[in-house]
Amino acid sequence: MELKTKIKAEDGKQELVITREFDLPVELLFKAHTEPELIEQWMSNPYATSKMLKFEGKKHGSYQQQSTDANGKVVFSANGAFHEFIANKKITRTFEMENAPLGVQLELLGFEKLTDNKSKLTTHVIYESSAIRDQVLKSPFAPGLSMAHDRMQDIMNKLK
Amino acid sequence: MNLRRDVFQAIADPTRRAILLLLASQAITAGAIASNFDTARPTVSKHLQILTECELLKQEQNGREIYYHLNAKKMKEVANFIEPFRKMWDDRFNKLETVMKNYKQKK
Amino acid sequence: MELKTKVHAEDGKQDLTITREFDLPVELLFKAHVDPEIIVQWKAIPNTTPKILKFGGKKHGSYQMISTDSQGKIVSSVSGVIHEFIPNRKIIRTFEVENAPIGVQLEIYDFEQFTDNTSKLSMHVIYESGAIRDQVLKMPGASGYTMGMAHDRMEAIMSKLK
Repeated sequence: MELKTKIKAEDGKQELVITREFDLPVELLFKAHTEPELIEQWMSNPYATSKMLKFEGKKHGSYQQQSTDANGKVVFSANGAFHEFIANKKITRTFEMENAPLGVQLELLGFEKLTDNKSKLTTHVIYESSAIRDQVLKSPFAPGLSMAHDRMQDIMNKLK
Repeated sequence: MNLRRDVFQAIADPTRRAILLLLASQAITAGAIASNFDTARPTVSKHLQILTECELLKQEQNGREIYYHLNAKKMKEVANFIEPFRKMWDDRFNKLETVMKNYKQKK
Repeated sequence: MELKTKVHAEDGKQDLTITREFDLPVELLFKAHVDPEIIVQWKAIPNTTPKILKFGGKKHGSYQMISTDSQGKIVSSVSGVIHEFIPNRKIIRTFEVENAPIGVQLEIYDFEQFTDNTSKLSMHVIYESGAIRDQVLKMPGASGYTMGMAHDRMEAIMSKLK
């Protein structure tokens, strides 16, 4: 089955572009990225519960998130700062996974209205090096992301 | 823009910059170039090889001699490309150093 | 003469590194990057007055700096967020020049002590694309600073070729 979330990664580059179309108005797509409770819902999966420890959703704000397993053990933590934050259009932020040797990445999220009920998310991720990008790509990154996006669609459908 | 990655390292070397200067006005043989430096001839040959590989120099056979001359097109490309940017940062960092040295003395 | 400031930019890439060794203790090198009163002394654009409107020198802080000309008109405004801030060691931040078509860049500054009185700065700058990086390299003015005209040996060579 083709994944709805598409990833474009050119050879030798240190960036990738992730695109996904949603059956959601652009306002809801943006909300899914900027309401801490909603982010927690779609970032969580059967094995890990996501929590936003800090979320200042505004230009020059910052965020901190972590995921814990069923035993309460932290399995993932990340943080970053918002360089740009324009409602329903654009978020530019830094992202760093703590305790992982993947450096810091710059993420440019573009939100685009296709129709009143369809929208598109384009995420341009830029890594510190092409070696790091390739390392990220080798992890089960694409299917994981596609599943998270599917969950986001389901959660946001209820809010329509 | 099609620059080999090592062009900038090539021109960062003081001897190689001196060779480029020497060749600015005329084409010269390897021997004549070497006679301008105190360094051993094989060292100069190595520098010429690097500059030629970067396309900053061109070789021309004239009878039994090989003459080196500047590849003007490539030189322009490189000089226009990165030098102003480097110089801007160099100037800025020089200023930083001066400012902080004054700062240190005031303390 | 050995060049003090080195710029390394590989063909086709979207990043570059700038390295420079200083006759300064690493503490002073770091201070020059984080003390607003000192920053304005060395980062000023020629013929303008810089002013730091905001400088949160800490993790997840942010900064904004404007430059005005002699008439008080704003000629440049730069801003960004600070992702990481480790005194005398590291700063990771975003940087953007407002109203300039060069996007946002991620900047990683590494401060390194050599001896008690010498230190090294390595800047790794990552752009949104290779095309933007090349544009910035070609026109340093595009990055928000007017360059002082450079006159060194390379230019001496170039003038002879004209």
